Amino acid sequence: MSQEWLAITIGTILVNNFVLSKFLGICPFLGVSRKLGPALGMSGAVIFVMTIASFFASIINNFILTADISFTIGSYHIAGNLIFMKTLVFIAVIASLVQVVELSLQKLSPPLYASLGIYLPLITTNCAVMGCALENAKTGRGILYSTVFGFCTGIGFAIALILFASLREKLDLAKVPKPFEGMAIALVTAGILAMGFTGFSALVK
Amino acid sequence: MLDLVILSAVLVVCMGIVLGLTIGIVAKVFEVKQDERIELVEEELPGANCGGCGFAGCSDFAKAIVGGTATPDQCPVCAEESVEKISKILGLETEPNKVKKVAVVLCGGDKNNAKFEAGYNGINDCKSAVLIGSGVKGCKYGCLGLGTCARACPFNAIEIKNGLAVVHPELCVGCGKCIETCPRNLIKFVPETVRIHVFCNSPEKGPAKKKVCSVACIGCRKCWKNAEENQIIMKGFLARVNYDFPPPPEIVEAAGCPTGCLRRTDGD
Repeated sequence: MSQEWLAITIGTILVNNFVLSKFLGICPFLGVSRKLGPALGMSGAVIFVMTIASFFASIINNFILTADISFTIGSYHIAGNLIFMKTLVFIAVIASLVQVVELSLQKLSPPLYASLGIYLPLITTNCAVMGCALENAKTGRGILYSTVFGFCTGIGFAIALILFASLREKLDLAKVPKPFEGMAIALVTAGILAMGFTGFSALVK
Repeated sequence: MLDLVILSAVLVVCMGIVLGLTIGIVAKVFEVKQDERIELVEEELPGANCGGCGFAGCSDFAKAIVGGTATPDQCPVCAEESVEKISKILGLETEPNKVKKVAVVLCGGDKNNAKFEAGYNGINDCKSAVLIGSGVKGCKYGCLGLGTCARACPFNAIEIKNGLAVVHPELCVGCGKCIETCPRNLIKFVPETVRIHVFCNSPEKGPAKKKVCSVACIGCRKCWKNAEENQIIMKGFLARVNYDFPPPPEIVEAAGCPTGCLRRTDGD
């Protein structure tokens, strides 16, 4: 049992890293990786939001979307499920969840709010959070599994972002050929980093 | 088919109502009252987020002003009217006639004037350059000219002219960001009204300086003799303008600095 969880954890963090092998969440990966400090803030916020978003999304998925509906109103007989609505539902749920978390953090824990601060609303548009919820729905995972998966995905995102931010800080001091300066060399670096991560693929079968 | 369409519409409507209510209730329950003056003060601030006040940005500074831990005149960029307006919002009194301070790079050794001992091909940053044999210039006190200060300036007030950093006083707002970036401590805050400077920073003896730079202060004391007492201060072999009691600009012509190190910045 514990071996299985270990496999899930390592598999999600390293092998199927959302950023570097599924190419989700590239926008914050490139946008907030200029300096290490903001990258750390963003990583923390993503882990936080992804965990609770996967939790709530899987509750909705398991109890509302996949539930078989079958009832009759007058001469109409309605049957089927609403699983095809998952994209729309998850978008709305994640966006409002971030709002709620932000509002309550502001009151309950001002220091945490100050450190996550501007990154929380940014996450609403992070497709990795959405992708995580959709992946859970697609494979029909339970609530606990989904939450752990969300947390591990967040950790994987954080590792990729922090590694990349550290690389980019070093890149600033390196001599880069003129045509490669700025975003070009950053993208090349991201590609090499992604290639490096394929080396983990043999870790978990 | 149609029934599922209706059902999904019902789902979206229900979801909208539930989520909307949740956010509304949470916003009401966890409401944090913010002083409305913070917003008013922030509107008056320049919004450049230069950090010259010592806070993380203009909004942080506005919070500190309203909270009473900062005063409006700590903002080096604000025009006097804005400071007055902010003080009015808070009901404070201002001290008038705050003299604006600007930065000046006290070195005249550009590529023509200063002697270079070697070529530099390393990282384009003064702090890095100074680590390698104290820079490539003959003078170990002068401007390295790699523009670390120019890049730090949020207002583009520093220009690298022929291998020498030059502050444009009309663009400088006095935020002081450049001062800490200079590894040679060449950049000084001076009152904007004083437009006469000794463009040298080397404390070495006159002949030694002359060997490595043609516009160094050689310590001849000509300006010192022509000025009133305390208007020019001699620090060893280096003349310094006393910015609290500045000499008249005409002293430049009267003294006739042999190297042209004492210069006016308003004439050119």
